[in-house]
Amino acid sequence: MFIEKAVVRSVEEIAEGIFLLSAHSPSIASIAKAGQFCNIKVSETDFPLLRRPFSIFNIKGDFLFFVFDTHGLGTKILSAKRKNDTLDILGPLGNGFDLTGDYQTAVIVAGGLGVAPFSFLIRSLQDDKEMVSYLGARTKKKIVNLGLKNVSMATDDGSYGFKGNVVDLLKKETLELSKKKFRIFACGPNPMLKELQSLCIKNNYDCQISIECAMACGFGICQGCPIESYEDKNYLLVCKDGPVFNANAVKL
Amino acid sequence: MNSVDLSVNVGGLKLKNPVLLASGTVGYGNEISQFTDLSKLGGIVTKSLSLKPRKGNPPQRIVETPSGMLNAIGLANIGVEAFLKEKIPFLKNINTTLICNIAASSIEEYVECTKILTNEDTIKAFEINVSCPNVKEGGLEFGNNVNTVRKITAEVCAVTDKPIIIKLSPNVSQISEFAKAVKAEGGDAVSAINTLVGTSFNIFTRKPKIKNITGGLSGPAIKPVALAKVLEIKRNVDIPIVGIGGIMNWMDAVEMMIVGASAVQLGTVNFINPNAGVEIVEGLISYCEQRSIKKISEISGSFQI
Ligand SMILES: Cc1cc2nc3c(=O)[nH]c(=O)nc-3n(C[C@H](O)[C@H](O)[C@H](O)COP(=O)(O)OP(=O)(O)OC[C@H]3O[C@@H](n4cnc5c(N)ncnc54)[C@H](O)[C@@H]3O)c2cc1C
Ligand SMILES: Cc1cc2nc3c(=O)[nH]c(=O)nc-3n(C[C@H](O)[C@H](O)[C@H](O)COP(=O)(O)O)c2cc1C
Ligand code: FES
Repeated sequence: MFIEKAVVRSVEEIAEGIFLLSAHSPSIASIAKAGQFCNIKVSETDFPLLRRPFSIFNIKGDFLFFVFDTHGLGTKILSAKRKNDTLDILGPLGNGFDLTGDYQTAVIVAGGLGVAPFSFLIRSLQDDKEMVSYLGARTKKKIVNLGLKNVSMATDDGSYGFKGNVVDLLKKETLELSKKKFRIFACGPNPMLKELQSLCIKNNYDCQISIECAMACGFGICQGCPIESYEDKNYLLVCKDGPVFNANAVKL
Repeated sequence: MNSVDLSVNVGGLKLKNPVLLASGTVGYGNEISQFTDLSKLGGIVTKSLSLKPRKGNPPQRIVETPSGMLNAIGLANIGVEAFLKEKIPFLKNINTTLICNIAASSIEEYVECTKILTNEDTIKAFEINVSCPNVKEGGLEFGNNVNTVRKITAEVCAVTDKPIIIKLSPNVSQISEFAKAVKAEGGDAVSAINTLVGTSFNIFTRKPKIKNITGGLSGPAIKPVALAKVLEIKRNVDIPIVGIGGIMNWMDAVEMMIVGASAVQLGTVNFINPNAGVEIVEGLISYCEQRSIKKISEISGSFQI
């Protein structure tokens, strides 16, 4: 883990209100794994005070990539960064996806900007794995499909692909999927993950979910990010024990 | 060797420099040591311990506020026994002063924790947290009652030879009355301040942003309050003070010492810059060098009013 003063190379708007940022951050880039995140200080002042957590979207050489949605002040400031600005990045944090094990097909389920960790995951997967992706968004303009393969789409308003949520879309296809051993990798808003979780628990699917919650430190010292566990009577910490968990391990 | 003598003595507790990391903002030292060299600090204060483990409050526990944050962690901790077994082995080798913070829900529990922990040589002093705003057992808020603070101080001091620092609540009208009580009962120092009670609501759902409804406010937003409380104690009571609240850089640390602190603790800043402590020590050295200050302790309470 490092605190690195990274130099911004580019920030571009890739969909409505959604930005792709790249920064030169060789130390973090050299050790990061798919599913890990970084905690980024967006301003040099005490306002906003806390760092903002973002999944590592991809890594190319010494460069880190992030995709983010403009949400409040922090992401607004981040979207206004320009080439050669410095960015204080702490990372890589958390445990990332577990790609090892016995499965033939990687099933990616992403809601909205839940696509963030998957470019990197796809690159990290062994070549012998097949891949199918299910991507959900609120509406056509908000679709961010970066590097996913064999994609089926769902939009809440039906403006593109299946009308409805991405878990309903997945449910329609599980019969087909079940012909091979598969593992689901999922990221997205909590209600979506919750629905997916109950589907996976009911059917005993192998599934890893990446979770978001409010954080301060991002590395285990503030105890600000607890999540109820099915296995342990104590809370787990999303930043340190996660953000990726087995779908049957935590209560959403 | 530094040309500046950074060492300080806080009520009998000798520290190599006045920069400590505050309870609840360093865990038990292991995670933050990946980002900073703890041996360069004056010391660390571990997360509040209770006799038995505490699960802590349900989420959401934290929320950012203007230049600050609210927390209601609820004193989640592993308990005295697990601390001794699992955390002391690491803490033995950090090469800085270890202060153990205790939070309990009864006077007996404070005494019991101190009795057990005092046998561990690695622990050099105790900080007694009588001021956590997020836990109220049996409707009792120790930190708001001078007589309870008096009693806790007396009973805890009776079971250990190690220095006792009582951590005071700012959520009272006259903090100096509490410091007086601590001194009268033989406490070696006070630390101030713990967090201020605050809240924050979502205007669309009209619900509180943290589950506990209220939380403790910390960070740069509380620095002026912390300075005023430390100054009030300094001007009214002759007891060493550890200044806490909103310190982000060496200038804040100097300011805290000028109004009366013998040493300082860093809290929220650790979440943003886990190496802040080391940077502040370096800043203090250059401040002293540039002003030909030989001993850092000279600046404590050096305000000109
Ligand atoms: C592990 C992890 C990975 C993430 N990855 C991405 C990503 O790749 N792309 C992306 O767009 N977003 C991601 N998020 C969410 C992102 O952190 C928030 O959108 C961002 O913090 C909002 O900051 P703001 O100042 O714009 O919003 P504000 O609402 O002004 O923020 C106020 C406070 O709430 C916190 N907060 C608000 N929304 C969230 C949220 N959804 N999750 C956690 N904290 C929140 C902020 O950190 C801040 O402390 C991730 C969150 C986590 C925990
Ligand atoms: C997340 C968090 C947890 C804390 N936990 C404790 C605790 O367990 N015991 C304690 O005495 N103080 C605790 N504190 C209070 C700090 O030690 C410190 O007094 C306070 O945050 C003010 O300093 P700051 O503004 O530098 O953060 C906590 C503070 C924060 C932000
Ligand atoms: S965000 Fe601080 S412990 Fe997880």
